[in-house]
Amino acid sequence: MNKNTSKKSIVSSKNNYDLDLLQNMYKKMLLIRRFEEKAGQLYGMGKIGGFCHLYIGQEAVVVGIQSVQIEGDSVVTSYRDHGHMLACDMDPKGVMAELTGREDGYSKGKGGSMHMFSREKGFFGGHGIVAAQVPIGAGLAFAHKYNGNKNVAITYFGDGAANQGQVYESYNIAALWKLPVIFVIENNKYGMGTSVNRSSAGDNLSDRGKAYGIVADIVDGMDVIAVRDAALKAMDYCRSGKGPYILEMKTYRYRGHSMSDPAKYRTRDEVDEIRQNSDPIDNIKSILVKFGLKDESLKVIDTEIKSIVGNAATFAQESLEPSEAELFTDITIN
Amino acid sequence: MSIEILMPALSPTMEEGTLSKWLVSEGDIVNSGDLLAEIETDKATMEVEAVDEGKIGQILISEGTEGVKVNTPIAILIGSNEAPHPTIKKIAENPYIEKAILPTKNKDKEILKTDSNSSFITVREALRNAMAEEMRDDNNVFVMGEEVAEYQGAYKVTQGLLDEFGDKRVYDTPITEHGFTGVGIGAAFGNLKPIVEFMTFNFAMQAMDQIINSAAKTLYMSGGQMGCPIVFRGPNGAASRVGAQHSQCYASWYAHCPGLKVVTPWSSADAKGLLKSAIRDPDPVIFLENEVMYGQSFDCPDDSDFTLPIGKAHIEKSGKDVTIISFSIMVGKSLEAAEILNDKGIDAEVINLRSLRPLDTETIINSVKKTNRVVTCEEGFPFSGIGSEISAVINENAFDWLDAPVTRVTGKDVPMPYAANLEKLALPQVDDIVNSCINVCNKS
Repeated sequence: MNKNTSKKSIVSSKNNYDLDLLQNMYKKMLLIRRFEEKAGQLYGMGKIGGFCHLYIGQEAVVVGIQSVQIEGDSVVTSYRDHGHMLACDMDPKGVMAELTGREDGYSKGKGGSMHMFSREKGFFGGHGIVAAQVPIGAGLAFAHKYNGNKNVAITYFGDGAANQGQVYESYNIAALWKLPVIFVIENNKYGMGTSVNRSSAGDNLSDRGKAYGIVADIVDGMDVIAVRDAALKAMDYCRSGKGPYILEMKTYRYRGHSMSDPAKYRTRDEVDEIRQNSDPIDNIKSILVKFGLKDESLKVIDTEIKSIVGNAATFAQESLEPSEAELFTDITIN
Repeated sequence: MSIEILMPALSPTMEEGTLSKWLVSEGDIVNSGDLLAEIETDKATMEVEAVDEGKIGQILISEGTEGVKVNTPIAILIGSNEAPHPTIKKIAENPYIEKAILPTKNKDKEILKTDSNSSFITVREALRNAMAEEMRDDNNVFVMGEEVAEYQGAYKVTQGLLDEFGDKRVYDTPITEHGFTGVGIGAAFGNLKPIVEFMTFNFAMQAMDQIINSAAKTLYMSGGQMGCPIVFRGPNGAASRVGAQHSQCYASWYAHCPGLKVVTPWSSADAKGLLKSAIRDPDPVIFLENEVMYGQSFDCPDDSDFTLPIGKAHIEKSGKDVTIISFSIMVGKSLEAAEILNDKGIDAEVINLRSLRPLDTETIINSVKKTNRVVTCEEGFPFSGIGSEISAVINENAFDWLDAPVTRVTGKDVPMPYAANLEKLALPQVDDIVNSCINVCNKS
């Protein structure tokens, strides 16, 4: 058996996956997981205030999709945004320092968990109002089309947002004007405490694009390979000028809606079942092992990630609070 | 039998129109439903149908006549077998035609040159010129909104833009304010410079979340990274006889919010100069026009570099006895009031705020120091209105200079009624301004 055949049998995809790529995706997912755990810990210590929505459990979605991002693409999401920022290669120190409300945070401490941005990395927020980012994403796509470039706008929103009217206003406009936007529905099964079944009529959220003629795929969002494959297909479609695309990611969040959510609306067993059988990080780890990655190498990665997160946490606590003069800056440009 | 066919009112604010084309001739037999003429209103060109049957006995207003007032007889319908009535007055003697206007077909001829550097144009034309000039200068400027392209604008403000700039720069949107406002904001985040037209600001309430939470606040929340260079424009304030949902001044709603600039032009020069500044501005600008003002003409500089600074008020009339502070359509009413006051021996100063946020407090305070008396004037509701804010600013900065309490003239604290008499009562009138000024001048 030659090397290529053996890889194919490990990763069931028609796309090419080499060890480097898989390892990088694993690192990103692990970074998000450890970062979020640390954020949860700092929240418990009172170092992070307000709302803090953790992404634990959903890592494969953003990492799989962002793995096919090219220079110039734009990304926009909701308030559950830390993972997206890390996947866009934003500095964990700057993200954590924003969570602690310090001057070295991405928004100088004035935005907080839900409101962070990096034009440099193509990350356009971080939006606190459910579904408000969806027309904004369509607008970013409009700018790409207007400028005649091949870039796309990747627009993430949750199953809860999928019931907001402005999502459908955006679908309509995006389809009419053939905007290069990928609508990624992160269906983690609960909009705060209400399950999809109790809030959303119809079988699949992705079906709702049919009325506008928008192509949609349903994807196992716990499998980073499946996510990446779907993203490649969607990106090709969008970049070739055919208009918008919907990807419904079936995923799951392990933690509550926010840090203050006791999550009594589901059983412990439900969460444990998914953790044990479908954890996205365990999934890719087992593939890496099949690729021949040794325990020692995995440990090296673990240590590296822990150190990045530890440094970010230290940095975020040592960074100063913004100066009082910052209260009155950045209200308008002139 | 002899029936007068009258110039019809074809829009809520139409007071006069152009009889652009007759589709029948004298002697033609018409049935009810037949097309008689094309009439150009302040909003569109419309066809007029016959209501009664008969023969066109005489055409009273020739085609091409502008400024034909609503209810003016435009033709006489007689019985199918009758001969034209000999005593019918000719156009020149027609008492309904107040001004003899020669037929013109070329729109450009309408623009009367007042001097070499300015033209007497409508507010509508000034707004359109401002957009067209900025679009010629900057490829990133584009227009989107309901009926702005193929329909040429619900109020004809965007007329001709599609023809000149094409469908890559002028976009008809679906009737989904929340969605297209968000799309505009996203495009602005993506470094374009959208001009988003709301058919009226009443409908912008559908998009309030995007305007406030996304456009106004994101710069601050991003520590200065996410500028949003966008203009939201359209008619604001009372229209005419359209009831409570379509007649409201939103000035104080937007002026309340940090992160927005709020601009309120009155004249054609205001409209052009301020809109050009708004389009060039790197921040989100709420540009509150007024439907009733669209058809009014003023001198307006031709210069394509003419702009007016946002945040600077203008003293329209200087005076020493009382300061009237107003904006938008109320500037005209304030000037009318000042004329009446002049006859009564009161010399009023009239300030046109032009912009509400930032508010030109310096001009206000300096005027208070001169006149010691202030009447504010706005169409909006009194509670938490612009007048309330001005009153607070004066209290905080010039209390010792006041000889009388600051007095507010505002719309009444009621939803806008439909009935003509009640609507008039609900809106601030020239007499209200005059009386308030007399009152504050009698107190010392």
